[in-house]
Amino acid sequence: MFLTDTKRIIRSGYRNFVRSGFTSISSILIMTITLFVIISLIFIQTTLHNVLNDIKEKVDVTVYFVPDASEPAILDVKSALAKLPEVKSISYTSSDIALSTFKEKHSNDYSTLQALDELGGNPLGASLNIKAKDPSQYESISKYFENNNVLTQGTLSIIDKVDYHQNKVVIDRLTSIISGAKRLGFAISFVLILISIVITFSTIRLIIYMSREEISVMRLVGAGSKYIRGPFIVSGILVGLVASLVTIILFIPISIWLGNEMTDFIGINLYTYFKSNFLQLFIIILGSGVILGSIASTFAIGRYLRK
Amino acid sequence: MIYFNNVTKKYNDSVSLEDVNITIAAGEFVSIVGHSGAGKTTIIKLIMAEESPTIGTVFFESTDIHKLTKRDLLHFRRKVGVVFQDFRLLSNKTAYENIAFAMEATGKNDTEIAEDVPHVLELVDLTSKSLHFPYQLSGGEKQRLAIARAIITQPELIIADEPTGNLDPINTSEVVNILKKINDLGTTIILTTHNRSVIDQIKKRVITLENGRVVRDDKEGKYMI
Repeated sequence: MFLTDTKRIIRSGYRNFVRSGFTSISSILIMTITLFVIISLIFIQTTLHNVLNDIKEKVDVTVYFVPDASEPAILDVKSALAKLPEVKSISYTSSDIALSTFKEKHSNDYSTLQALDELGGNPLGASLNIKAKDPSQYESISKYFENNNVLTQGTLSIIDKVDYHQNKVVIDRLTSIISGAKRLGFAISFVLILISIVITFSTIRLIIYMSREEISVMRLVGAGSKYIRGPFIVSGILVGLVASLVTIILFIPISIWLGNEMTDFIGINLYTYFKSNFLQLFIIILGSGVILGSIASTFAIGRYLRK
Repeated sequence: MIYFNNVTKKYNDSVSLEDVNITIAAGEFVSIVGHSGAGKTTIIKLIMAEESPTIGTVFFESTDIHKLTKRDLLHFRRKVGVVFQDFRLLSNKTAYENIAFAMEATGKNDTEIAEDVPHVLELVDLTSKSLHFPYQLSGGEKQRLAIARAIITQPELIIADEPTGNLDPINTSEVVNILKKINDLGTTIILTTHNRSVIDQIKKRVITLENGRVVRDDKEGKYMI
């Protein structure tokens, strides 16, 4: 009995979906827009995340040592810094490497190289390049040099300067931009998804409203609520299924285009991202479509079955 | 079979039925006549439990229709076949599926459906149109389909609310003949109409309504208004 009913409900839902033609197409279109918004927001969030990470990577603090600072003393400072919880990585540049990098950089600048030769020896000091786990943590790292007693015992004298204060404005601004952009991104995504869900709900509601006569006829013929509701839910699920397929298919050329044209600009190849996360994205879109379709139908039909 | 006991039905302030007492026995063919707004459709809606009476009770056999639970109401409705002036067919289903739906709703199995539906289609002379959708049928064909749907579950009672209202005289007389045939097979029929020729053709009991009151109840009535 249950099997027969299920079979009949699915068959009836499928027929309604196919025979409604234009109505089905319009609800598929609306649903596609919703799913399109969802997948676009996933792409935008990924891009934003990537761009912000890129920017974060570029922020650092460099500690410059005086030229005659001994290497073991500098390495002591490095290991002391490595113990700080905020520090992500530290790279050590010896004065020799600093010199060769400088020379390489100015290989076409003859007068600078000549001046360097005239100075004799190596005027450049070694440096430690510190990256924090989060941009907001640079301040506490730089304070470490000001406050920490361990460093003052003979080590402070070897530190020439910490460039945090020069970068402070930029770092502070970036920190606030990053956290602001994240929050704004979430807020916009949330609002857009909400709006498109509401639109989908209203569309399906309207379609079921158009069928209210039929629903009342079904009830007069003696059909039970489940038997009336079932086919509408099946149709809703089919709308979600087709819309998610349409969305995914539409996004193949779009992501190829974005991959070709925008990779340099946004720093991530969205086509590669789309390909490598295809299954996950597909499941998200398919799931959203099917759940939206079925829930919207269930809600919309509820009011006509109450009596 | 059906008993109206002092039934009054008001919509807001306007009285649609006033103190109506009717008894309809099993196997009867009762026509209810009256002008538009006389209360014919209200009587139908009360029997189908689409509306509840403001005062009074409506019984089907020994049960008060308006005290039925949702589930029992479902079973009650399966005992009653309904035919409307505007046909009320399922537009997305073919003639065959419209009839099959009524059987599916009552839980009949596929074998029964495959046996009974063609039989009923033949009875109302729609065998050749079984794969047509309602919009592909003429008014008379639609009404015959509606009747086929109403009788497929072999109900004890058929209610026909102005079934000929949208039909030409030839189709009207065809529909009336089908209803008479069904009545001859033992099914109780309640029909509302304001068509004089329908009443004259049926030659059975006629209840006349005027402004919500029963003004005449004739054993073998004629159209009197």
